[in-house]
Amino acid sequence: MSELTDDLLQAFPYLTTRPSRDWPAFDCPPEHLLAFLQALREEYGYDFLSDVTAIDWYEESPRFVVVYHLYSIQQSRYIRVATPCVDDNEPSVPSVAGLWPTADWHERETYDMFGIKFVGHPDLRRILMWESYPYFPLRKEFPLAGHEVELPNEEIAERTGVKVKPAPMMGGPFHSGQTGPMSRREPRADDESWNETKPRPDELESFEKPREFRESARKEQ
Amino acid sequence: MAIKEVSIGDISARSAAAEGEFKGDHLVVNMGPSHPATHGVLRLKLELDGETITKCEPVLGYLHRGDEKIAENMTYNQFVPYTDRLDYIGPIHNNVTFALAVEKLAGIKVPPRCEAIRLLCCELARLQSHLLGVGVYAMDCGSITAFMYTFTEREKLYSLMEQLCGARFTTSYTRIGGLMRDIPDGWLGNVRKVVDEMEPVIDELDALITRNRIFYDRAYGLGVITKEDAIAYGLTGPNLRASGVALDLRKDDPYLGYENYEFDVPIGSTGDCYDRWLVRMVELRESIKIVKQAIDNMPDGPWYAEEAKKIFAPRKDKVMTSMEELIQNFMIVTEGPQIPAGEVYFEAENPKGLLGFYIVSKGGGVPYRMKIRSPSFCNLSILPKIVPGHMVADVPVILGSLDFVMGECDR
Repeated sequence: MSELTDDLLQAFPYLTTRPSRDWPAFDCPPEHLLAFLQALREEYGYDFLSDVTAIDWYEESPRFVVVYHLYSIQQSRYIRVATPCVDDNEPSVPSVAGLWPTADWHERETYDMFGIKFVGHPDLRRILMWESYPYFPLRKEFPLAGHEVELPNEEIAERTGVKVKPAPMMGGPFHSGQTGPMSRREPRADDESWNETKPRPDELESFEKPREFRESARKEQ
Repeated sequence: MAIKEVSIGDISARSAAAEGEFKGDHLVVNMGPSHPATHGVLRLKLELDGETITKCEPVLGYLHRGDEKIAENMTYNQFVPYTDRLDYIGPIHNNVTFALAVEKLAGIKVPPRCEAIRLLCCELARLQSHLLGVGVYAMDCGSITAFMYTFTEREKLYSLMEQLCGARFTTSYTRIGGLMRDIPDGWLGNVRKVVDEMEPVIDELDALITRNRIFYDRAYGLGVITKEDAIAYGLTGPNLRASGVALDLRKDDPYLGYENYEFDVPIGSTGDCYDRWLVRMVELRESIKIVKQAIDNMPDGPWYAEEAKKIFAPRKDKVMTSMEELIQNFMIVTEGPQIPAGEVYFEAENPKGLLGFYIVSKGGGVPYRMKIRSPSFCNLSILPKIVPGHMVADVPVILGSLDFVMGECDR
C-alpha cells in the first residue's frame, strides 16, 4: 500500500480502497464526494479531471457507480474515485461541474447514456441522443439491436411512409457470450427482436411497409 | 431583447434581415450540421448581435454509433477494427492505444521489436493527423495550396500503411499481445525515404503559411485559451500545450519506450490560434526525428508476446500443422483472448490529445464496460467559452485550430 493511500485513508475516514490493477482507487460515499474531490484538487495536486463515466452493475445493488479519473500534472499520476448512486431506479449523484467545467459535458453524456441525474448540474440535457429519446442506451437491459422508435421528425415520417424506424443494428454485429455450452458460444448475431424461431418484423403481415414497397406490391397484384 | 431563429436556407427571413426587420434583435444562425468548416457533422448554434457572436452552443451526436455498447458485446480482438473509426485521421494510433490498454489489464509485456514497431506506427499516425490538421486549418483560412502540399505527403503515408498491413485507411494493425504481422522487407527504407522527402515540404509550408501576412492577421490573438481554462476544460494534446501547459504523456508517463528517444515537446505561450499552428508545425518535425531514431534502432526478435498463450493466437504455420495450436486458435477466435477480471485506465498521447480507455472486466473475452475518453470531445467543450466576442468569419479559423474529428467526439 502506497504512502498516498495511507494518507488519504487517514485524512478521510469515510473512504474505502477499491480493487484496481493500476492506479490508487477509492470508493467514496456520494454525500462526501464534493468535499473529497475538492480536497484532492487543492491539497493533493490532482488538478486535471480526465474522465467521468459510470458502470451499470445491472442486477446488483447499488446498481450504478460513477467513476472519476483525476490526473496530477505535477506528479504525473492518476487516481480513481468511484461513488455509488443513491437510488437504483432514480439514480443521482452530486455534480462536480462547479469544480471542473469539463465535467459539464462528461456528466451530460453520462446522464444521456445511463439516466443518472447529476444534482446541481447547470444544464443537464441530452448531448448525443436527441432531446425526446425515451431510453438510456448504455444500460445493460437496452438491447444491442436497439428499440424501434418513432421517427423524431413527423415530416420525415410522412415522406418515407414509415411511422416506426427499424433499429439500425438489426441482425447486427456478432456477439460471443461467456456462458453456456461451446456450441452456443460461437459468435452469432445477437438480435433480440427476431431469430431462427421468431420471424423478421418486416415479414409479418402486421408490419407497416414503406410506401414504395406497398406500391410495387400493388402493381404485381 | 428578442431572439429569432433563422435557417440559412430561409430566403424570406434573410431578406427580412437585410431590410432591417430584425433591427435590435439577436439572430440565431445554425452553422452545420454539415458545413465545410465543421470537419464532420457538428452543429453550432450561433447567436449574433450584428456581426458579433454573443453565444455559441455546440450540438453533437450526429455521428453517434454507440461504440462503447458495441465494445461490451464483442471480444477484444473483434473491437480492433472499430478503433480505426474513432480518430480516422490517424487510425493506427488508436489501434496501438487500445492494445496497450488491454495488455495493461492482462499484464502482458510485449517484446522490444513489437514496441518499436508500434512506436514507429504511432509517430506515422501523428504525421498523418498533423499534416491533415494543418492543411485543413490553412484551407479554412483561405489557402488551398497548403492543403494540396500536405495531402500529397499524406498520400505517401497511406502507401506506407498499405505496404505494412494491406489497408490504406482502416489499418487494424495491432492485436492483443502483438501485431497483425511483422513489417515487410524493405519497409523501413521506404519510411525513411518518405520522411526525408517530407522535411523540405514542411519547410516550404512554413515559408508559405507561417509568415504569411493574411494567415497571421487572421489567426494571431484569436480564440485565446488561458492556461487555467485549458486545464479546467480538460483540453489535451497540442491545444493544451499551445496554452503553455507542458503535459505530454510521452515525456511524463512514457509508454512504448518513449523515454529512450530524443525529442522536444513544443509549448506555446498565449494559447491563441497562431500558437496552436506553431505547436503542430514543430511537432511534425519532432515526429520525423523520432521516426528516424526508430528506424535506426529497430531491434530484432519476435514481434508478439510468445508466452501469452491464452491471449495471443498462435502463428499461422503452427495452426496448420499442430492440433493443439489449432484448438487454441479456435478458442481465441471464438471466445476472445482470456483477460483476467479487474479495471484499468490507460491514456496515450494521440495526435489530437489524450485518448483514454477505461476497461472493466469480469474475466473472459468480452469487456463488461468500456469507456472511451476522446480528446476531441473535451477539446470542443471550450467552444462556448472562446467563440463569443468574435465574428462569424473567425469561427472557421477557431475550429480549424482546434483540429477535432467528429468520429471520435461522438463515438
